Amino acid sequence: MSKLDSKIPEGAIDQKWTKYRSTVPLVNPANKRSLEVLVVGSGLAGASAAATLAEMGYKVKVFCFQDSPRRAHSIAAQGGVNAAKNYQNDGDSTYRLFYDTIKGGDYRAREANVHRLAEVSSNIIDQCVAQGVPLAREYGGLLSNRSFGGTQVQRTFYAAGQTGQQLLLGAYSALQRQVGSGNVTLCSRHEMLDVVTIDGVTRGIIARNLVTGEMEKHFGHAVLLCTGGYGNVFYLSTNAMGSNVTAAWKAHKKGAFFGNPCYTQIHPTCIPVSGDHQSKLTLMSESLRNDGRIWVPKKKDDNRKPTDIPEEERDYYLERRYPAFGNLVPRDVASRAAKERCDAGYGVGNSKMAVYLDFAFNTARYGRTEATKRNIQNPSHEEIMRLGKEVVKEKYGNLFDMYQQITGENPYEVPMRIYPAVHYTMGGLWVDYNLMTTVKGLYALGEANFSDHGANRLGASALMQGLADGYFVIPYTIGVYLSTEVTRMSAEKDKADSIDKLKTKHPAFDAALKEQTDLINKFLNIKGTKSVESFHKRLGLIMWNKCGMARNKQGLTEAIAEIQALRKEFWSDVRVLGSADEFNPDLEKAGRVADFIELGELMCKDALHREESCGGHFREEHQTEEGEAKRDDVNFAYVAAWEYKGVSDWELNKEELKYENIKIAQRSYK
Amino acid sequence: MGSGHGTELNLTLKVWRQKNTKATGSFETHQLSGISTDMSFLEMFDVLNEKLISEGKEAIAFDHDCREGICGMCSMYINGRPHGPKQGVTTCQLHMRSFKNGDTIVVEPWRSAAFPVIKDLAVDRSAFDRIIASGGYISVNTGNAQDANNILIPKTDADEAFGAAACIGCGACVAACKNSSAMLFVSAKVSQLALLPQGQVERKERVKKMVAAMDEEGFGNCTNTGACEAECPKGISLENIARMNRELMGATFK
Repeated sequence: MSKLDSKIPEGAIDQKWTKYRSTVPLVNPANKRSLEVLVVGSGLAGASAAATLAEMGYKVKVFCFQDSPRRAHSIAAQGGVNAAKNYQNDGDSTYRLFYDTIKGGDYRAREANVHRLAEVSSNIIDQCVAQGVPLAREYGGLLSNRSFGGTQVQRTFYAAGQTGQQLLLGAYSALQRQVGSGNVTLCSRHEMLDVVTIDGVTRGIIARNLVTGEMEKHFGHAVLLCTGGYGNVFYLSTNAMGSNVTAAWKAHKKGAFFGNPCYTQIHPTCIPVSGDHQSKLTLMSESLRNDGRIWVPKKKDDNRKPTDIPEEERDYYLERRYPAFGNLVPRDVASRAAKERCDAGYGVGNSKMAVYLDFAFNTARYGRTEATKRNIQNPSHEEIMRLGKEVVKEKYGNLFDMYQQITGENPYEVPMRIYPAVHYTMGGLWVDYNLMTTVKGLYALGEANFSDHGANRLGASALMQGLADGYFVIPYTIGVYLSTEVTRMSAEKDKADSIDKLKTKHPAFDAALKEQTDLINKFLNIKGTKSVESFHKRLGLIMWNKCGMARNKQGLTEAIAEIQALRKEFWSDVRVLGSADEFNPDLEKAGRVADFIELGELMCKDALHREESCGGHFREEHQTEEGEAKRDDVNFAYVAAWEYKGVSDWELNKEELKYENIKIAQRSYK
Repeated sequence: MGSGHGTELNLTLKVWRQKNTKATGSFETHQLSGISTDMSFLEMFDVLNEKLISEGKEAIAFDHDCREGICGMCSMYINGRPHGPKQGVTTCQLHMRSFKNGDTIVVEPWRSAAFPVIKDLAVDRSAFDRIIASGGYISVNTGNAQDANNILIPKTDADEAFGAAACIGCGACVAACKNSSAMLFVSAKVSQLALLPQGQVERKERVKKMVAAMDEEGFGNCTNTGACEAECPKGISLENIARMNRELMGATFK
């Protein structure tokens, strides 16, 4: 029998969630006050879950490694958040959002979860607006929408190019309100180092106070991991410098299965690498693809300035290959198409590893509209471009400024140079319909779980999922488990050494604390010759070259051996200076890199076992004649959930994916 | 690689080192050569830290995270200015092309009694979180919201609220102010919520609570020097402070 029970409720797809949430066990208000929930991570998923659970009456503690919960990396999301409001009257519906997400994910996501996500999407917008999130509006005072990749409707809500910031500050303010009223204890500059389980059930965590170095034990009836994705395994990504897999990885080693680790999203429009000093990559929002046209010269090694290359000598390759979706194809498709052109010798810039994202065409279009609006007769080209730039500035000003700051080039005058970069990880801890992992009482929300995006996430869906999980899913589903905790607590109330009386005095907490303290001392005592950073860079290079945008059997096999060797070298030659009892960022990073190295190996193993191409996972051996991803639905329509057995040892568990409402088909954006 | 207009710089760095909150700090001088003008200021610090580690010396602690100018975590005081010489950018978005070969660069932490130094260049800004917790929100529990389009908001009001809400909470305003005043930070949140219809119910109580919390944290008074606005990487306007003063007057004297 499979070890995986997805706990998908019975019934028609559009009734499952409504019926389920009306029938799940509840926890009465008095009992909620005696139940403690630990929330790790304070991004959209963590902050929204913590605030909501505290509003409901649970006792909540929030942990984040940053100095404030407002800094979580959700803050950097630019483009927008999807919701099936159909405010634009363009035929949108819950079903369409559901369908687009399943199709965008290349038929590798769980239907029931995705439908629920589409159902609650509208509530998210309502909630955020009520919190005072200043989403973009039209002159009539109504909310504005824009389009994103992989869809043909306008359902993306936004706040300039800072949607993630505004949504996170909304969730953060709701969280701080609960902190202010004493319902949430905030533990900033704390890093979770382990999950504490007793008899296989989650009872709390071990965390390190990053300022003092003190190791702390925290008891909880449930632990929510809202710790984001693991894109930094590639060293260079659009993730924040501190984004890491440690909490999820330690949970994995305590029994939580890891789902589809090889599903990585490479975002097509990022600022290209400028040199060896590069520490991170910066995204240029997908919303720019609304108004930017992507092209390369038709001639190989064309060294002319982009503005000197005439229209007929440009190859708008996305519009050429995908006439129906054009520049708005999903991210995996757009990324691979850029790589194909660059590999074939048509890349631009000094490195030749870039393509142009050009706004001239739409700037002129906006300019002409403005001229008409303002009754300017026969405007000159300069006049049109000046007017158009005003419109473009209003829409994307902050992104254009950021581009100029980083590259020293003015994107209002010359096209942006862009190239794909690691951006998001669809894989994550395996969770059931309740968002519980395979460890009882341990949940994973947002990017940290695997559940909603299949093998490729559509733009503006990460914010939607983070907030859906935190505001509208976990508050209901956590009761399914916590109601059983109430029963247990009541049965054990006269027991002298009950879990609830001992709490962190239970020997399991001391054992876990000792294990983590020893690990920290181990890092400090290796006293090797190479910096933590240097190991991270080397790991990233292996991953990018052999487990990146295109993968093959030989490369993956080599990568696994190289990563195993790197792990050995790390544990014998890493140099971590300073001490354990102080603020020591280098020591923090040592722990994170150690976990990334182990994860990297699993990602390669997962990519090697999946003998098909789907979404962001592209195996060169499995492609159509036109170079598109070729799925194998007969053999691989399942979630690969890996169980940790020991160093370099995992067991594969499969959750079959059943498509009862959407006909599984070859994805086409032509 | 890249755009190819990068050249290399030799620099002298004077960096504040301080073991912990209680320790006495001092400047340490470092020479760096071959710094590409395409690097960000923090990437230059990465190079310095790698050099220190290779010499067996402890790396310089500094706060940073997103490195795209939005999380508000980076906080260096560079040549006497928060976030350095370039207007409208955070330290992580400051690039070395803003410096010249042979420059001496002095780097300090934010200086304010309300922002104690944790180590080297990292400071404790949790006072900002406590101010928000005192009232920087609209009290709406999850699930209580009506349809988002039920209340129309004029675009100009929404845009103005957004302008205030763009604050990243980095604390440059406090670091820039000779009085260590947090008025720009607090007024940005007060303004955002006062400008929106959803924020009206708690409008008066909010400004009173937030100003009281600000005073309690030990931030100084505003004497209208405008340094905060000049140094704010997100261009938060001084008008917000004027609005907050009006809001406070209106809330205090009925």
